[in-house]
Amino acid sequence: MKVLRVFSGGGGGLVDDKRILMQGNEAIARGIVENGARVATSYPGTPASEILSAVQQWQKAEGIPIFTEWGVNEKVALEIAYAASQSGLRATVAMKQVGLNVASDPLMSAAYLGVEGGFLVISADDPGPHSSQTEQDSRLLAMLAKIPVLDPDSPEQARELVGLGFELSEAFALPVMLRPTTRVCHACQDVTPRPVAELGRTAAFRKDPSRWAATPAFRYRLHVQLNDKLARIAAHEPTAPRRLNPTAVSRRAIVASGAAAAHAREVLAALGLRENLALYQVIQPYPLHTAFANDILAGFDEILVLEETMGVIELQLRDRHRVRGKLSGAVPEAGELLPELVERLIADFAGKPAPAAPLPAAAPARRPTLCPGCPHRASFYAIKRAAPHGIYPSDIGCYTLGLNLGGVDTVLCMGAAVSQAAGFYQAYRVTGQPVDIVATIGDSTFFHAGIPPLIDAVVQGARFVLVILDNATTAMTGNQPTPAHGTPAGRAVTIDGVVAGCGVRFCKSGDPIDLPGFTRLVKEAVDFARGEGVAVVIARSPCLVDRDRFRERRPQPSVDATCTGCRLCTSQFECPALVYDEETKRVSVDVMICSGCGVCLDVCPVKAIGTKP
Amino acid sequence: MINQQLIISGVGGQGILFITRLLAETAIAAGMPVLTSETHGMAQRGGIVVSHLKVGEFTSPLVRPGQADGLLTLKAETVALHRHFLKPTGWIVANSVATAVAEAEHPVATVDADTIALAMDNPQAVNLIVIGRALSVPGRLFCTPDAVEATLRRKLAARPALLEGSLTAFRAGLGQ
Repeated sequence: MKVLRVFSGGGGGLVDDKRILMQGNEAIARGIVENGARVATSYPGTPASEILSAVQQWQKAEGIPIFTEWGVNEKVALEIAYAASQSGLRATVAMKQVGLNVASDPLMSAAYLGVEGGFLVISADDPGPHSSQTEQDSRLLAMLAKIPVLDPDSPEQARELVGLGFELSEAFALPVMLRPTTRVCHACQDVTPRPVAELGRTAAFRKDPSRWAATPAFRYRLHVQLNDKLARIAAHEPTAPRRLNPTAVSRRAIVASGAAAAHAREVLAALGLRENLALYQVIQPYPLHTAFANDILAGFDEILVLEETMGVIELQLRDRHRVRGKLSGAVPEAGELLPELVERLIADFAGKPAPAAPLPAAAPARRPTLCPGCPHRASFYAIKRAAPHGIYPSDIGCYTLGLNLGGVDTVLCMGAAVSQAAGFYQAYRVTGQPVDIVATIGDSTFFHAGIPPLIDAVVQGARFVLVILDNATTAMTGNQPTPAHGTPAGRAVTIDGVVAGCGVRFCKSGDPIDLPGFTRLVKEAVDFARGEGVAVVIARSPCLVDRDRFRERRPQPSVDATCTGCRLCTSQFECPALVYDEETKRVSVDVMICSGCGVCLDVCPVKAIGTKP
Repeated sequence: MINQQLIISGVGGQGILFITRLLAETAIAAGMPVLTSETHGMAQRGGIVVSHLKVGEFTSPLVRPGQADGLLTLKAETVALHRHFLKPTGWIVANSVATAVAEAEHPVATVDADTIALAMDNPQAVNLIVIGRALSVPGRLFCTPDAVEATLRRKLAARPALLEGSLTAFRAGLGQ
C-alpha cells in the first residue's frame, strides 16, 4: 500500500501505518475513493467544502482515476455526477444543506428514474446555524424525494456509511443521501484508511427512454416502483437501528441519530445510566425500519428521540403519545442539540436531577469582519460614497460582511442580489419614486445564480448598479476555483463576456484598492443606471488569503500626530487593523495584522495616515 | 488510559486549527484515541475560534461546560468567554501580559506570546509559544514536549525553514 498522506490544513497527518487524524469530511472523501467512485462533484459550502478537496488530494497522492469538479452550482454538479451513475459508475455529489435546495429539482426526478451505478448525494447540515441561512434538515428533503438517508455520528462512521450508502444505492437502484452535520464534518478523529477499491467498470449507458426520459404516464409506474423499493429498504438489515447497550433492562428507551447519538452515548455513561436506559442508534432515519418502529413502541413505556434538526424519526412513529422529542416540545425546535442539552434531557427522562453546569459569560463575542486589506472593504466604502442614500441588495460570500460597513441591506440566498435589485427598482418605479440601487455579488456567486436574473433585469428594463466583486476565488469557503479561471481540461469563461452576453450596455472594471478612481467609476455607473439601465462594475482585486497569489511587501501605513480622533476610519471603513485608543483619543495601526493595502490613506479626512519611505 | 479534555481558543488567523491538530496527532502517535471539534469559515474573518480536544475514551467531539481539564487561549479576551468550560480544578494557559487575566477560581499561567513572537519576527508563532508554555509544567498536558516536537518534525519535514522557526517558538514557550 502506498504511503498515505492526509493534507489536513497543516501538513500531512500520517502518523504510523494505521490510524491517522482525519477530519469528518476527509473521512467521507476517503470512503468515496475506497468504494471506487469514478466521479465526484461539489459546490463549496460550509460544512461540506473539504470533501471534494480531500478527494482531489488523495487522487493526486495515490494516482486514483476519478473525475472531480467544482460545479458552477449544486444543480449542475448533481446532474453531472448523475450521468456517471446512469452509465453504471459509482458517483457522488457533495454540498451544504441550502445547496440541496438548489439541487433538489434534479434529485426529485432522479429518485423516480433510479440509478445504475451507486449514486450518493451528500448534504451537510448546519444545526445552529453556524454559517447558513437556515438550519433545515436534509433528511426531511430525503423523505420528500423518497430516497433513503444515512446519518453518521462521527468521522469513522461517516466513512463506513459511504460504503453502506453505495451498496444500498446499487441493491435497490435509487439515489441515497448521506447527511453529516457540522459536528461530524468538522470533527477530527483517529481513523484507519483502507485500500482504494478497483471495481473494473467501464461507462456503459444503456438506452431505455421509457425510463430515463419517462413522461408522466411512465412516471406513475416509476413512482409505484419507488414506493415498493422504500418498503423493502425499511426491512434492509445492514442499515437497521443498532441497540448500543443490549444488557440494559428498562421500560424507557432513547432513540438517537447522528451527532446527537455521539453525545448521548457519552452523556449516558457520564450520568451512570448505561444500564438503566435502553439506547438505540438509528443510522437510516428515513425510511425508518418498519420492525423497529413497531417494536420500540411495543417494548417500551416511554421513548425519548434525540435527533437534529427536525423530528424526522419521531414523525415516523405513528403513535406518539408516549414519545418525547422535537415534535412533542420536549426538545427545543431551534438551535443546535449540544451535549449539555442532551445531558439535561436524558437526566430529566431518567427522573434524575440535571447536573449543574456553569453558564457561558454574557461578554459580547468578537464579530467576524473582512480581513485587513480585503478589497471588498474598499468596494463598499466607495459604494456608500457614490450612492449614500441607495438600497444595497447583497448576496452570500465573504462580502456579506459588508454588513459591518453599512453596505449590505439584504441577504436572501445565492444570486438574489440581482433579482432583488430588479425587484426593488420595479416596486419603487410602480409607485413613482426614484431610488438608487447598488447591488453587490461575488464572482463565484455570480456564476452560481446571478446570470438568469441579470438577463431578466435587462429584458424587463430594470435600472440599478451591480458591482461584481471579483477577487478571483470562492473565498469564504476556502478559496475554491471559479469558472473565470478555467481548469486544466477546459477553458476560462470571463465575467465581462457573460455580462455583455446578457445584454448589459455598461460594463467597466476597476481596482477598488485605488479608492478615488473606483469611487468615480461607481458614480459613473450610478448616473448610467439613473438614466438608462443596468450598469455593471467589476471590482477586480485578488483575495489576500488566496495562497496561490503572489504577495509583494508593501510599505507600512502609520497614523501621525495630526489624527483628530474623529473615528471615521474605524466606524465607516471598519478595518480591524485601525485601532482607537480610549486614552490617547487617537487611532493607531496594529502592525501584527495590517496588510499594507494603503486604502486608509485615502479614507482619512485630514490625511493623518501615511506610509514611511 | 489518560482522559483529557481541552479547550483551545482565540481569534481567526492565529493558527488554532494547527495546534489542535498538532496535539491530536501527538495523541494518536502515543496510541490514544482522539476527537476534536473545529470552527471554520466565518471564524477566519477575525471572529472567535474555539477548538475542543478530547484524548481518551470519548464519543462526542464537544466538551461540555464544566468538563474541561484545561483552557489554552491565544487572546486574553477569550478567557472570560470560555472559562465556563473548565472543571473546578481546571487550569488556564493564556497568551497575555501577566496581570491582565483575573485569577478568579482557576490557576492561570500566562505568557506574553505576542511580544516574544514579534521579537522573533514571527508573528504567526504565537500558537506554538502558548503550547510550549502549557508544557513547561510536566504532567499538565497528556503528552511530553519531546512527543510534540516529534509531531512537528513529521508535519513540517518538507519545509525545513518553517520547522526551525516552529521549534524555536515552541521551545521559547517551554522555557517561560
